[in-house]
Amino acid sequence: MTKSHKKQQTIFKTLPKTPTGINGLDEITDGGLPAGRPTLICGEAGCGKTLMSLEFIVRGVTLFNEPGVFMAFEEKTDELAMNVASLGFDLYKLQEEKKVKLDHVHIDRSEIEETGEYDLEGLFIRLGHAIDSIGAKRVVLDTLENLFSGLNNQTILRAELRRLFTFLKNKGVTAIITGEKGDGGALTRQGLEEYVSDCVILLDHRVINQISTRRLRVVKYRGSQHGTNEYPFLIDEDGISLLPVTSLGLEKAVSSKRVSSGIPALDYMLGGQGFFRGSSILVSGTAGTGKTSIGAYFAAETCKQKKKCLYFAFEESPNQIIRNMRSISIDLQQYVDNGLLRFHASRPTLYGLEMHLVAIYKLIKQFQPATVILDPITNLITVGSVSEVKSMLVRLIDFLQNEQITVMFTALSLNTIVNEQTDEGVSSLVDTWMLVRDIEHNGERNRGLYIMKSRGMKHSNQVREFIITDKGLDLVDVYLGPDGVLTGSAREAQQLKEKTGVALRDFAVSRKDKEIIRKRKTLEAKISSLQAEFESVEEELNRIYYEDELKQQIMNKNREEITKMRRGIKEESPVKKKK
Amino acid sequence: MTEKDQSSLSEDNYFNEQKQEVYHLRLFVTGASPNSARAITNLKDICETHLKGNYDLEIVDVYQQPLTVEHEQIIALPMLIKKAPGIERRLIGDMSNTGKVLKGLGLQTEN
Repeated sequence: MTKSHKKQQTIFKTLPKTPTGINGLDEITDGGLPAGRPTLICGEAGCGKTLMSLEFIVRGVTLFNEPGVFMAFEEKTDELAMNVASLGFDLYKLQEEKKVKLDHVHIDRSEIEETGEYDLEGLFIRLGHAIDSIGAKRVVLDTLENLFSGLNNQTILRAELRRLFTFLKNKGVTAIITGEKGDGGALTRQGLEEYVSDCVILLDHRVINQISTRRLRVVKYRGSQHGTNEYPFLIDEDGISLLPVTSLGLEKAVSSKRVSSGIPALDYMLGGQGFFRGSSILVSGTAGTGKTSIGAYFAAETCKQKKKCLYFAFEESPNQIIRNMRSISIDLQQYVDNGLLRFHASRPTLYGLEMHLVAIYKLIKQFQPATVILDPITNLITVGSVSEVKSMLVRLIDFLQNEQITVMFTALSLNTIVNEQTDEGVSSLVDTWMLVRDIEHNGERNRGLYIMKSRGMKHSNQVREFIITDKGLDLVDVYLGPDGVLTGSAREAQQLKEKTGVALRDFAVSRKDKEIIRKRKTLEAKISSLQAEFESVEEELNRIYYEDELKQQIMNKNREEITKMRRGIKEESPVKKKK
Repeated sequence: MTEKDQSSLSEDNYFNEQKQEVYHLRLFVTGASPNSARAITNLKDICETHLKGNYDLEIVDVYQQPLTVEHEQIIALPMLIKKAPGIERRLIGDMSNTGKVLKGLGLQTEN
């Protein structure tokens, strides 16, 4: 504390603060409660004042090594220690180690007679001694107002209270004073807020529609900026958890890495690579369109990549989901067994919306998943109005994006106006919105999947038919024909028809081909017979020609012989007789 | 005032005669503050008047013994604790309201 204080001094002196160590409270108050000054925590009975102040003391010891004094005007020290033992706080041990001093102040009006002027010096001495004995830095006065019920003289009491706060400031301790909420608009029954002017925190425990929500608001914090909203908080086995839900900064880091949806055909529709990491995906659709199946596929895919997935089920029990998903050949049980997948099933009506948010927030912080699935968010509407659900989801998405966690919501759209509004309300927040719709045609219902939007990536504008089989989920192109969009059996029939057409045409084509071959064959046969005819004619002609030549030769020969014979008779005139 | 004192005096004597019990009184004061000083004077007066010789008064300065404050569950000061006789009674203030002091000590049953 002193270190950071000195660091700040170099610029200009700001209010030094004492961190409370309570989850989230330090973020809202920008560092903690004003150091060395009293803070008032007020609220109705049972809103957690005592617990919060006690946690302030215990965390002070365990986290910041600052001893603390707890002065109880209501409960006895034994009761106190027992009450917080369930939260893992061992007050006896801390007290033995001289880190904590518990002091029960007992006032009983019936035992006391006021006989004149008095003061509360006894309380001062007691407190001073307690602080000095352990070197306390933190002090809690749990319901100081009990003094008013024990003592009559208001004038003295008020004067002494004023002195008490000065005393605490002089001691340099950071003090918490608790006070019961008064009637009407008053913060406390006895107007303690007029003495404690530095910091006032109001706790509230509201029950709306039978569902309770605890809230905290910093009413004032002099000299410091602070969150002014009402913040829900949760009391569980770890003490108080506050969710500073309005830290709606839009300067978070973004990732351009892609994660697969587990359905290749869907990835293909989303530019071939799937969703962006850290983006938010909404799957909406009517009942029975397979939203949970898409969610389970995504969960299984995440686990397959050896990353952790947290599945919030608001409708079905984990075992039910695991059984149902087996029917489409996804075995989620193996991932549950090896710790990659965790289910958190709760009925929405278990607690209020804000409490859900805090619970989700806490689980995510604890489990550190890569993917979160909420199935279905529309069930949350049973515990809050549309705008409340929306504001809750805004904060959830905001938180998840800061943590770079991919989130998939499923939303049931009924034909009621309310739920459609939720759809639309959330749809503007999410990065990718897929809609699974029933397409009713030809006496059957089929599922069609559209991608309504997907920020920052090329995505298909086509309607795909979404089919769920024993082997899993798949997307097929719907048939877009002259008769419009065909799905299901109509699509199959159309495809069959086309197949028959193709076969018939193929047959016709092959028949024609054969005819051509046959024709060619006959022609070729004709050609060869003609050729043979031609050859015989040619041969005949050649024969005649040859005979003629032969005749000629023979005739010439004969003539020569005759001539020779004639020479035998008359050899004197062979030349003369020659032609 | 005088009348009241008179009446209580007579009753007081009546009581004393009957029981003769010793009054154990402890007065816690804070140093020499005006309230404390007044309380001591007033109480001594009352005791001398009503319980002469029949009381045991111890005056404790809580500044000297801060531990007794927690032990005795003291908040407002000055405070007088009547240990005996009867049940323990606590009286706070500067003891200026004699009637209330007497009532607190059980010395005045009826006004």
